Amino acid sequence: MATRQSEVVERVGRNFNALTDWIDARFPMTKLIKEHATEYYASKNFNVWYGFGVLATVVLVMQIVTGIFLTMNYKPASADAFASVEYIMRDVEWGWLIRYLHSTGASAFFIVVYLHMFRGLLYGSYKKPRELVWLIGMVIYLCLMGEAFFGYLLPWGNMSYWGAQVIVSLFGAVPVIGEGIAEWLRGDFYISDITLNRFFAFHVIAVPLMLVLLVAVHIMALHEVGSNNPDGIEIKEHKDANGKPIDGVAFHPYHTSKDLVIILVFFIIFAAVVFFAPEMGGYFLEHANFEPANSLVTPEHIAPVWYFTPFYSILKAVPDKLLGVVLMGSSVMLPVFLPWLDRCRVKSIRYRSGVYKFALFAFAVSFIVLGYIGLQPPTPEYTLMARLFASVYFAFFLLMPFYTANEKTKPVPTRVTK
Amino acid sequence: MKQFVSILAVLLIAGTAYAATEGEYDLPHNDVGDTDSLQRGARYFVNYCLGCHSAEYVRYSRVAEDLGIPEDQLVENLMFTGEQPFDTMTNSMQPEDADRWFGVVPPDMSLLARSRGTDYIYSFLRGFYASPDRPTGVDNTVLPGTAMPHVLWELQGVPNAIFTTDAAGNEHFEQFERGVPGQLSAEEFDGVVRDIVNFLDYISEPMQLERQALGIRVIAFLLVFLVLAYLLKKEIWKDVK
Repeated sequence: MATRQSEVVERVGRNFNALTDWIDARFPMTKLIKEHATEYYASKNFNVWYGFGVLATVVLVMQIVTGIFLTMNYKPASADAFASVEYIMRDVEWGWLIRYLHSTGASAFFIVVYLHMFRGLLYGSYKKPRELVWLIGMVIYLCLMGEAFFGYLLPWGNMSYWGAQVIVSLFGAVPVIGEGIAEWLRGDFYISDITLNRFFAFHVIAVPLMLVLLVAVHIMALHEVGSNNPDGIEIKEHKDANGKPIDGVAFHPYHTSKDLVIILVFFIIFAAVVFFAPEMGGYFLEHANFEPANSLVTPEHIAPVWYFTPFYSILKAVPDKLLGVVLMGSSVMLPVFLPWLDRCRVKSIRYRSGVYKFALFAFAVSFIVLGYIGLQPPTPEYTLMARLFASVYFAFFLLMPFYTANEKTKPVPTRVTK
Repeated sequence: MKQFVSILAVLLIAGTAYAATEGEYDLPHNDVGDTDSLQRGARYFVNYCLGCHSAEYVRYSRVAEDLGIPEDQLVENLMFTGEQPFDTMTNSMQPEDADRWFGVVPPDMSLLARSRGTDYIYSFLRGFYASPDRPTGVDNTVLPGTAMPHVLWELQGVPNAIFTTDAAGNEHFEQFERGVPGQLSAEEFDGVVRDIVNFLDYISEPMQLERQALGIRVIAFLLVFLVLAYLLKKEIWKDVK
């Protein structure tokens, strides 16, 4: 009996190997698995900040899968869109769950991406040799902003409508050709059925396609140079006799098993929102968006969803529309230049000067405060605060070449610490 | 680093607490798990509201199923104009007529509790007072100049409102006083409004109880999975120094 069992196991194993060989002769399957998983070495001392990259990937997959199912019942027409969302919420089997996963996923995407980017600032992940990883990441972030903006029009609620109206009209601030650009984007003189239809096309195919490709490129670039770590040192500089980094462990099974724990913790928090607070007090699903789009009635207070409000605050803080748009655009684009603005050789905040720690802290506070102000109805006090913190935001980037030039850094260890 | 994150977290929490300021409306303290209240609310809704306000995304059959109302009772007590149980709660008022009669088309009620909040509806329905120069004879403290007549006046009666005038000449609502008496006491009337609000809360998101019940099971599953995943991680990492 026992012999027969082992024979069967052996035969299955032989067949499996034969299949693998057959594929490998035609497609580099084993090679890819080795390069990106079983023989990709990343530092063993990753802390929780290093979990947000994998979480962003998980959320991307979730958004694509839930998005496909939403598309099956959603109707991208101004007469039907709002009703079709309610149809999904009430009549489609599990439609409410799929829709809440998608709507909560949008906010979760920005939370994990902002934390993922902040990790880069903490540990200097944008510095040589990872400049391209950072730049591709910034392009992903810009695509994500577009994806969120296009998607927000689709429920065709009143906040969707007026939010899109406000954002598209910003292009009107460009001298001479501005109005023409805004009209070209809308495909109409105002946000209409035509606009909804084209935003749908961007949201479900054009931008997601770019996002998936860019994420693949982001990961390929990362695996070429290797992951950074909380000490900001290159683990490739210390290899054992087999050529493996001594301080690294294989992505699979070490980091995958660790990431699974991180993913589950994330899912528990995520599920708490989906099942118990899907509106998140009006921050994830805005109250005014439960009324259908109405071109004659504006919501009491038009504000973008929370993930755009830091930049929106900067726009509102500037009295001149064109200058406001330029400064808002710059505030989004400035992180692109980080690899060249930061002149300090030391990567990790663990070994950098108090000056940089203070600057980074001030930047994080200004980002959060600007985000908060952007959600509030404008008052003179808030405008003043927005101007103050917008200055801090810009100073963090623009003064960086000066305050990082001769930093008093601590000695960096040669091997990773705890 | 740890300090850095904890300071940020404290600031965030402080900011959120500061943001959560007190609401301007009375809270209904309704409970969508209270089926009796929902059944009463459904009856009040079809009798007092549905004539003008539709609930175009809500099906009679879904309401009956969720509220435990048998079909014969549904047809007898809640459906008056020959609809089918799977029909949605619409009415026969033409938008053009409504506009001519009230100057505004009465909004659909399917999502009102989500767009305006239950506290708003609760305060609005309890906010009517006598105002003889208005076409409807009443005005409202929550929505001044509302086109809606005081539909529940038989039950509540029509209270008078007392206003005080401040130094700048602006009028501020002070309190209600007894006016034309109704069939119900003030507490009983609040109960009726609470039932209506409860029903509107339920129809705005009919799956909300199911959602929370499922949520507990999903999170319980994830917690068990988390323990196993953590043990697996510990086992795999035990050789890493």
